[in-house]
Amino acid sequence: MANVGRMSRPSENDGRAGGKRRPWRLAVPVLVLCGLGALLSGCNFNGPTFGESHGVDVQGHDIAKLYSGMVIAGLVVAAIVWSLIFWCIYRYRRRGRDEIPKQFQDHPLLEMTYTIIPLIIVIVIFVFTVITENEVDSLSHPAAATVTVTGFQWGWIFHYHDADGLTVRTTGAHEDLPSAYTASIYPQLVLPDNETTKIILESDDVIHAWYVHAFDFDRFAQPGIHNEFEITPDRIGVYPGQCIEYCGLYHSEMLFSVAVVSQKTYKEWLSYNEHHQGTQPKHFTKGFDETI
Amino acid sequence: MRVEGQVLLVIAAFFGVVALVYWFWSGETSGTALLTGTCLLGTLPGGYYFWWSRRMKPRASDDPSAKREDGEGVVGTFPSSSIWPFVLGVSAALVALALVFGFWTAIVGFVGATTAVLGIIRESRRGGVV
Amino acid sequence: MTTLVTHPESLSLPEEEHGTSGLLKWITSTDHKVIGKSYTITAFVFFLIAGCMAMLIRTQLASPDNTFVSQHVYNELFTMHGSIMMYLFAGPFAFGGLANFIVPLQVGAPDMAFPRLNALSYWLYLGGGIIMLSGFLTTSGAADFGWVAYAPLSNSINTPGAGPDMWIVALILTGFSAIFTGVNICATVFYLRAPGLTMFRMPIFTWNMMVTGILILIAFPVLTSALVMLWCDRHIGSHIFTVSGGGVPVLWQNLFWFFGHPEVYILALPYFGAVTDILAVFSRKPVFGYRGMVFCTIAIAALSTSVWAHHMFTTGTVLLPFFSIMSYLIAVPTGIKFFNWIGTMWRGSITFTTPMLFAVGFLIVFLFGGVTGIFLASPPVDFAMHDTFFVVAHFHEVLFGTAVFGGFAGLTYWFPKYTGWMLNDKIGKVSFWLMFIGFWVTFMPQYLLGEKGMPRRIAEYLPSTGWATLNRISTGGAYLLFLSVFVMLVAFGESWLKRKERPAGDNPWDAHTLEWATSSPPPHHNFYWIPPVRSERPVWDHNHPDHPTVKEHAREVRELVGVGAGTGARGGLAEELPPSSAGGTSAPSGDGHGPVSGNGHDPTGESK
Repeated sequence: MANVGRMSRPSENDGRAGGKRRPWRLAVPVLVLCGLGALLSGCNFNGPTFGESHGVDVQGHDIAKLYSGMVIAGLVVAAIVWSLIFWCIYRYRRRGRDEIPKQFQDHPLLEMTYTIIPLIIVIVIFVFTVITENEVDSLSHPAAATVTVTGFQWGWIFHYHDADGLTVRTTGAHEDLPSAYTASIYPQLVLPDNETTKIILESDDVIHAWYVHAFDFDRFAQPGIHNEFEITPDRIGVYPGQCIEYCGLYHSEMLFSVAVVSQKTYKEWLSYNEHHQGTQPKHFTKGFDETI
Repeated sequence: MRVEGQVLLVIAAFFGVVALVYWFWSGETSGTALLTGTCLLGTLPGGYYFWWSRRMKPRASDDPSAKREDGEGVVGTFPSSSIWPFVLGVSAALVALALVFGFWTAIVGFVGATTAVLGIIRESRRGGVV
Repeated sequence: MTTLVTHPESLSLPEEEHGTSGLLKWITSTDHKVIGKSYTITAFVFFLIAGCMAMLIRTQLASPDNTFVSQHVYNELFTMHGSIMMYLFAGPFAFGGLANFIVPLQVGAPDMAFPRLNALSYWLYLGGGIIMLSGFLTTSGAADFGWVAYAPLSNSINTPGAGPDMWIVALILTGFSAIFTGVNICATVFYLRAPGLTMFRMPIFTWNMMVTGILILIAFPVLTSALVMLWCDRHIGSHIFTVSGGGVPVLWQNLFWFFGHPEVYILALPYFGAVTDILAVFSRKPVFGYRGMVFCTIAIAALSTSVWAHHMFTTGTVLLPFFSIMSYLIAVPTGIKFFNWIGTMWRGSITFTTPMLFAVGFLIVFLFGGVTGIFLASPPVDFAMHDTFFVVAHFHEVLFGTAVFGGFAGLTYWFPKYTGWMLNDKIGKVSFWLMFIGFWVTFMPQYLLGEKGMPRRIAEYLPSTGWATLNRISTGGAYLLFLSVFVMLVAFGESWLKRKERPAGDNPWDAHTLEWATSSPPPHHNFYWIPPVRSERPVWDHNHPDHPTVKEHAREVRELVGVGAGTGARGGLAEELPPSSAGGTSAPSGDGHGPVSGNGHDPTGESK
């Protein structure tokens, strides 16, 4: 550490981050922004979601699109910053023991630039977020069916409000649930395809959360609060769901499934169960037949 | 002192604005109460420092061209060692344990804590070690 | 009692206590260095304990339907892993360990402003930590409601027993400990700075610690009061968080996260500061955009306290756009910090010692954690991601990035100052590479698992979910992380064995700030002599008069240091001072430095 000063010339502390402007620093984020805008505005955009569901419902499609756009934008930004870091590591290793670099320490214009660019990116993302959020959260669709979903330790009650005021309840076995931890026993929610179902979430005891990966959606079921949201499925099938907010001892076994069936099947299923109250409703499995 | 006061006042002002915006936008009470409290938390010490900073001679640590001699004088009084923080800490833990296991540990805790507080006061008044 | 007076001729250096040694000496010590070391070691022990719990958790998840541990034990494990890491390791390691040791040295103070309060903080912390861990010894086991303790799961009906109560009590104790430390740090920074060390000449680490102190004062009282309410609900029949008695469960979430989100930055900001200092030192350049760094720290602190409900997007009870935009805005100051860090390295002269490797590792890791955080700040994306492993991966990347990469960077950087000898650089680097690789192997699969919909906090999953392979990879990575920490312990041990061969000297890194102007480890009240402060790099200015930080002060610094222009740099500071055995009683006479004075301040200066 001694006598290092003599080796290099007196520094010029001119407050410049090394003379040259780097216009590409501006250009890249602008490109990112344009890319993001293009991605999100495309109606039929089906970008990579990295394992995330593309959504089997209208709301899920919106979320998947937003997510895909954000991930791509995020990875591009991260790649740029990473390359800058790696460039520094590669280029500015110490070449000699006594090497002392120029002691510059600010560059107001550059600092302003990289304050404003992230601010713009963030505001653009926020705008897209709000648009998607309003679509996902809106309760404006005419709901063809309404289901009250009640979570309890550790199972679910599905309570269908049919147009005629009739109800069907599907309950998961809860007392013996830990021992009955098999796929065929856990409760099933049946939803009509291509129709909007309003779901009212409640909880009997602690906080649970209703989560269906295929819908890209989760919402808390809380005691004392009625959470309402709408799901408009557009693909027939059976999808696994699960309580996703930690709710005590057997949280990991609080499973359910969602069967999206055609509107005709849904009506038949509902009316059949209206007339057979008290029996276990038909359980749809993967590749189910439509007969009730 | 000025800068210290300013930092706290800036934080206070920020939370004042956020509390107002939050209240008129959401109407939610608990968050508004917390934000308002935070605003006051910044105002109180920040205002105090700022008020003082206008009435006192700048300290050597606020003077960008202070020389070492400017800082001469008493730095402060620092205890070399003291058993009382330990006693007070253990007593506080005993008092706290009373919240779990019933009040009997609190008796020992309160006796210890009182002794420790008196000990610290005596130490501060008289000087001396341990 | 020691009164420090700074007239050179009457500089009365403290005498070591006689008659006390060993355990009693440790217990009665109010020296910030002893307390700082105690904090560091204690926090590290808690880190190892919680790390072992993480290994058990990962082992359980390595295969579907695993019965390695029971569901109940699993729930205790992840609760205590989170609680210990958050409350007993990451925070205390920063504001108790590093800050306690370093902040007084960086501002040129003889001790913290309130040494006895400081000691009390440590004992409260240790007591709280022991009580929290003792929960495992109770009949019903330790707390098992998650580290967030959501009401009404945390009430006396759903989680009865002494274990959860001990968790509450432990947090009240450590909360007070943190509050006292926050007060202490702020007071030290406000009142005990060396002459000429204005606020805008403080090292970034000290700035960040001061802002952290303010954040602690904002956040921890809210947690403590919430815990008292929870205790009342559990024991004296109040109904603050229970619906049946007219209470509001979601109030707990509001209170908890009003503490919880600032807490995340209480854990992050100190390490940001440490990394900033380290990058500057090993690039041999001043911090790029110093003022910007300071303003960003303040902005992050302020914003972090107004985003609490982004943890509650899926409750359906919060104002989504407000919390979304506030959360996004945090990305702006954080982004500026990133560019400033890059600017600090830019055209520098970088050496890759162990601390520098950890600091760069922090940059790379934290960047990705920050970007995924932006996804989660979007409510619709959060609807898809909330409580999945994506969130787990995100906050581990952020917190592991700061508290472990940043923490190890700080620990290895200040290791010579703590101990007086050098850390084995080779073993340290091995530890880094193991950790860096292990880190990505552990947490990248967790992102993918989250995207595939695996919930957090589940003890088992069905084979049909298809999560097994990724989980197994993640578990392998976790073992690698465990190994890397073990290797770091080996490095500490080896360095201790060879301590005689590797004395550190005062300033082994050619560093910038005042803690390197004194001996390693520093004497009882830290300084015999302080260089003139004319920039945020007083020690650099003294050692490199020809490369001053601020050009305008160059001549003045040279005069103050007593070096003629063009004489060249000087050696390390205290090399020229008499050996600083902690019991020395005579003031060193000036040897060409001008008067040797202690740290001069007048805390009563205000009344002049």
